[in-house]
Amino acid sequence: MSHTETNTNPVPGIPVDDVRAGEDPNALVLDVENLHVEFRTRDGVAKAVNGVSFDLRPGETLAILGESGSGKSVTAQAIMGILDTPPGYVTQGSVRFRGTELLTLPEKARRRYRGEKISMIFQDALSSLNPVYSVGFQIGEMFRVHRGASRGDAKKKAIELMDRVHIPAAHDRVNDFPHQFSGGMRQRIMIAIALALDPEIIIADEPTTALDVTVQAQVMQLLADLQVESKMGLILITHDLGVVADVADKIAVMYAGSLIENAPALDLYGSPAHPYTERLLAAIPRVDLKGQELYTIKGIPPNLTHIPTGCAFHPRCPYAQRPICVEQVPSLHDVSEGRRSACHFWKETLDGSIKNR
Amino acid sequence: MAASRTDEPILEVRGLVEHFPLTKGILFKKQVGAVRAVDGIDMKLYKGETLGLVGESGCGKSTTARLLMRLDKPTAGQILFHGEDIAQLSGKALKAVRRNIQIVLQDPYSSLNPRMTVGDIIAEPFQIHKDVAPKGSRRKMVQDLLEVVGLNPEHIHRYPHQFSGGQRQRIGIARGLALRPEIIVCDEPVSALDVSVQAQVINLFEKLQKEFGLSYVFIAHDLSVVRHICSRVSVMYLGKIVETGDEEQIYERPTHPYTQALLSAVPVPDPTLRGHRDQIMLEGDVPSPANPPSGCRFRTRCWKVQDICAVDEPELIVHEGLDHPSACHFADIRRVIETHVVG
Repeated sequence: MSHTETNTNPVPGIPVDDVRAGEDPNALVLDVENLHVEFRTRDGVAKAVNGVSFDLRPGETLAILGESGSGKSVTAQAIMGILDTPPGYVTQGSVRFRGTELLTLPEKARRRYRGEKISMIFQDALSSLNPVYSVGFQIGEMFRVHRGASRGDAKKKAIELMDRVHIPAAHDRVNDFPHQFSGGMRQRIMIAIALALDPEIIIADEPTTALDVTVQAQVMQLLADLQVESKMGLILITHDLGVVADVADKIAVMYAGSLIENAPALDLYGSPAHPYTERLLAAIPRVDLKGQELYTIKGIPPNLTHIPTGCAFHPRCPYAQRPICVEQVPSLHDVSEGRRSACHFWKETLDGSIKNR
Repeated sequence: MAASRTDEPILEVRGLVEHFPLTKGILFKKQVGAVRAVDGIDMKLYKGETLGLVGESGCGKSTTARLLMRLDKPTAGQILFHGEDIAQLSGKALKAVRRNIQIVLQDPYSSLNPRMTVGDIIAEPFQIHKDVAPKGSRRKMVQDLLEVVGLNPEHIHRYPHQFSGGQRQRIGIARGLALRPEIIVCDEPVSALDVSVQAQVINLFEKLQKEFGLSYVFIAHDLSVVRHICSRVSVMYLGKIVETGDEEQIYERPTHPYTQALLSAVPVPDPTLRGHRDQIMLEGDVPSPANPPSGCRFRTRCWKVQDICAVDEPELIVHEGLDHPSACHFADIRRVIETHVVG
């Protein structure tokens, strides 16, 4: 049907500026506001995301940092519209892509955004790829489904994409199956699929967690190169403070489903404005430090069906004060331009005086 | 962490080899090759110290752990425990030795039996080694162990699923401690844990070492954790140790290209270093241990490769002008990380 459409649509190699002409280059591509997600289970309602807001500009890298169960992956699924419903429901909030509200779009219209405008890279490439189809078929699927390309054309595009993500001998390997590739190569195939329709945003959910460090470095470098090439916005979801420090422009820290600190990367590492961030940075061993003492955060992250009252971090916080931290949910205070912290004592945390109390 | 080093190592490994046969055919099996998981490694462990074993997945770290525990029988080589070779032991003699070498496994979810209570899990070693604890005192000993690892002694009747990942790892550690072993082999003990919980468990390992004079073989892929906890480090690649030395020698003066690449790839949580770090980007993946490259096994990914590397396998020796062994024909110091001393 869409022979002409295939020609006008973004394909690898065509400069992106031509395609996106007419759009304000610095306008927000993604604006998430007050997002709430809950899971209704037999054991009660788990409030996985409780009022998360952030935005993203073209070419920017936003890292969403959090431990397991902090709601970072659920946030990504809600943005993509791939939340399992039931049990998961978006109860409040808005997700706008270049001004278009995605959450209220009918499913059919939403499919036009998924993969074409926003696409996603998952953590475990082996279980995310279908073991009974060749990788070329799976990459080509994007072109066949969204662009109505023929099998032959789709395969040609798949080879181009495999070249673009630096898979050696792409032409010979296009018919291979996922199990024939190494972990790093499989993750590159995932990236190729995400990249296929030249989206404006890529959400990478723990893209390197399962990989070895030397391969992790390769994959992160690839993502960075691709981002420069095509000015995509990148949302990097991870728990690794090291990876974040290397690539993120700004960082959103999540804890128990809430966004607790939002800051440019340099500020966050230099002077954290939330005790959780501060403690977390003191708790990780660094390869370039000798004789470092590790400070622990007592306790464990809370169960999302029973989030503590007041500030969710108060049972673990060394600086918590009664009654305010136990009773009042801290709002996101503006710390400085582009920087916010959800702590009653953000000022004291920021200047370090909280440690002396 | 380096405690007083006596001259005699409590554990010494010489030329340890483990090949897993690859067979073909169903009825008439014939061997067509072997996965050379561990291919001749030597190491020494002294009392009260922590020896780190680092490398990427598939390099043979975990196989080494299983061999040290004698869960597998090595194809060749010696494992000397207090001078006695345990590599070929079996039956009663092996059981007696195992009491002194225990293991803490990586995944706290699959390494604890979900149908047993915590009390039964920790007391199971006592059922096998009955002489360690008389029956009447076992409950008390289990409760003491729970307290030592920082768990509530009243939780003795709970099941593993009622605990978080960090707590489960503590249960695994309590089980490892039960027989008062001299050596604990830790196979990636913190890699499945959340960052905020990881530090708790690392500190626990350090506390227990001081308290009981334990020696650890600490296997991990996280070089930051290893630097923090280990006094000596061996770097493995495809079944071989490529470089070994104390913490300072490996981290501040690495000489093997693989060690250098590995160190340079570790992300540092400090955005001010972005773009200022010496990053070595390796190409490709680790080759298959069933068919390792000839000569130096790292040559297919190495930037220093010359003709000799394909022919001559480099020995793990101290090269001229250097202070620790490195298995590279062109061993040379390259500082990839800028070390700062704190505290």
